[in-house]
Amino acid sequence: MNRNVVIARKRSRLKKRSVFPIINSLVMIFLIFITLYPVINTVAISFNDGTDAVRGGIGLWPRMFSMKSYETIFSDPIIYNAFFITIARTVIQTLLNVVLTSMLAYALSRREYVLRKFITTAFVLTMYVNAGLIPNYLLIQRTLGLSKSFWVYIIPTMTSCFNMIITRTYILGLPDALVESARIDGAGDVYLFWRIIFPLCTPVLATVALFVAVGAWNSWFDTHLYNASKVQLHTLQYLLKMKLATTVNISNAILTSTDAAASTTNTTPVTIRAAITVVSAAPIMVVYPFLQRYFVVGLNVGSVKG
Amino acid sequence: MRKANADAVTVTKNELNFRPVSIWKKLWLQRQLMLMSVPMLLYIFLFNYFPLWGWITAFMNYNPAKPLFDNPWVGMGNFVWLFSKPEFIRAIRNTFAMAAINLVFGFVFPILLALFLNEIRSLHFKRTVQTVTYLPHFLSWVIVVGIAQTIFASDGAVNQLLISLGLRKDPVFFLGEGKYFWWLVGVINLWKECGWNTIIYLAAMSAIDPALYEASEMDGAGRFKKMFHITLPGIKSTFIVLLVMNIGYLMEAGFEIQYLMGQNVVMDWSQTIDIFALKYGITKGQYSRAIAAGIFKSLVSIALMLSANYTAKHLGEDTLL
Repeated sequence: MNRNVVIARKRSRLKKRSVFPIINSLVMIFLIFITLYPVINTVAISFNDGTDAVRGGIGLWPRMFSMKSYETIFSDPIIYNAFFITIARTVIQTLLNVVLTSMLAYALSRREYVLRKFITTAFVLTMYVNAGLIPNYLLIQRTLGLSKSFWVYIIPTMTSCFNMIITRTYILGLPDALVESARIDGAGDVYLFWRIIFPLCTPVLATVALFVAVGAWNSWFDTHLYNASKVQLHTLQYLLKMKLATTVNISNAILTSTDAAASTTNTTPVTIRAAITVVSAAPIMVVYPFLQRYFVVGLNVGSVKG
Repeated sequence: MRKANADAVTVTKNELNFRPVSIWKKLWLQRQLMLMSVPMLLYIFLFNYFPLWGWITAFMNYNPAKPLFDNPWVGMGNFVWLFSKPEFIRAIRNTFAMAAINLVFGFVFPILLALFLNEIRSLHFKRTVQTVTYLPHFLSWVIVVGIAQTIFASDGAVNQLLISLGLRKDPVFFLGEGKYFWWLVGVINLWKECGWNTIIYLAAMSAIDPALYEASEMDGAGRFKKMFHITLPGIKSTFIVLLVMNIGYLMEAGFEIQYLMGQNVVMDWSQTIDIFALKYGITKGQYSRAIAAGIFKSLVSIALMLSANYTAKHLGEDTLL
């Protein structure tokens, strides 16, 4: 930096100390507070005694500590099954996506490939052309008959255009010489992709994997549409969704009757709901801070070179 | 022609002797690339393009039990039915209202936040704020709605705050009254996505040439002058691209949250076109009418995006299309 600039800056700092940085920091702290408050509040409620929680007024810490809600949830075998299904779908979907998306991205990054333009256009258009809910439902439910099976979680979600584009952009950024020299040694495209390009794509594929995994972990609508009648295939998010639907009605009933303490059990829908929310959000919350930078990297790769 | 072939030629120099290659020969030589991409092409044709065929059933009285062309044609009958139904008109209104709120909130607040974040000198503090504000983006809508129902309940944190500040005597029934629903969705969306949406603006801001700031400082520009005359113009093209994109996705602005939060009492305010389609199509089995509603939505989306793109182009900006 120019010396004069530094001096000028120092001078202006001495002249008037702006209050802006202080206000700015306060605004940011307030922001952190309103982002975290609802989350911590939910955690506090989940650890609170049920009948006591109905009185409301719990802040950042449980008023009457109790593990009852968690005991209730984990005494029901359905939640273990839901955990298993959710993990299975997340892992399979992520692996499939990473391999298929990068393979496709490699093929579409080869400038000499005759079908490159056609296939790329077909993929990009899928971001804008969408037949809509019902035609897709009819395809999956009637034409393909995928409902009431685990495969409905996997087959319709094997690739995504956005992920393909960020991977392709990344591959295009790799030096051409890598591919060319291997070609001269007689390597075919499959070998080239698998042995050279795929390992080099680790950073961008980590991002893709994270996006896919979060999406898979968080999805509930496919369960709702296709597998609602099959309890063995319910996912964690769907369990929570069902709990939300039932507790809303009950808590309305509680509101209308002033006698809130009438219930005799130590758990109430309010605390159970909070506990399931915590259980289904915990894996993401725990893993997220460590992986955050990968998300951001991927988004920037995608946005800078589009 | 020759230039385009150059790469293929390097692969196959021996057999070809630089003669132009026929397309079939070329495809054969690129069979490994085809193996890697053509199955995926077929896959997206099946899952993304084939369902478009279902649109013709919007002009029929479709019963999935019968073969497709045994169903009676009804022309525009389903569309006429839709637009004579006040429920559908309300669904259009709700979709647009919530989309508009989301659009405004989704631009104003992330840009403000990015501007403020950009002013933070301490890297640690900045990173902490970012980590915390990105977090809700990764929570599912089910979880977010679960949290929102706790916070906005009549005994929830928001009501406690209002009462303790003396702004209200009795709790507000945020979740049970239709008039609050749109704003509730707007606020919850903001909570979930505001931080995440700053990423792209922060990236654009970091690409601004620092010399500009230094020069303006020499000329005596203060913090806010710099924001207005350097930072904001610096992110203008990012802003326009995102605006065009978001206007194209405007009609998608509501499904999960409205579906999860919309109880029967607030139905008149919460039902969007998608939920309408879901209700009539899947719950009531009136596929043709639901598909007609979906077509209407898609056409409006395309029209919106094209016009936004057109406007942006005429303002002299880079666009998507």
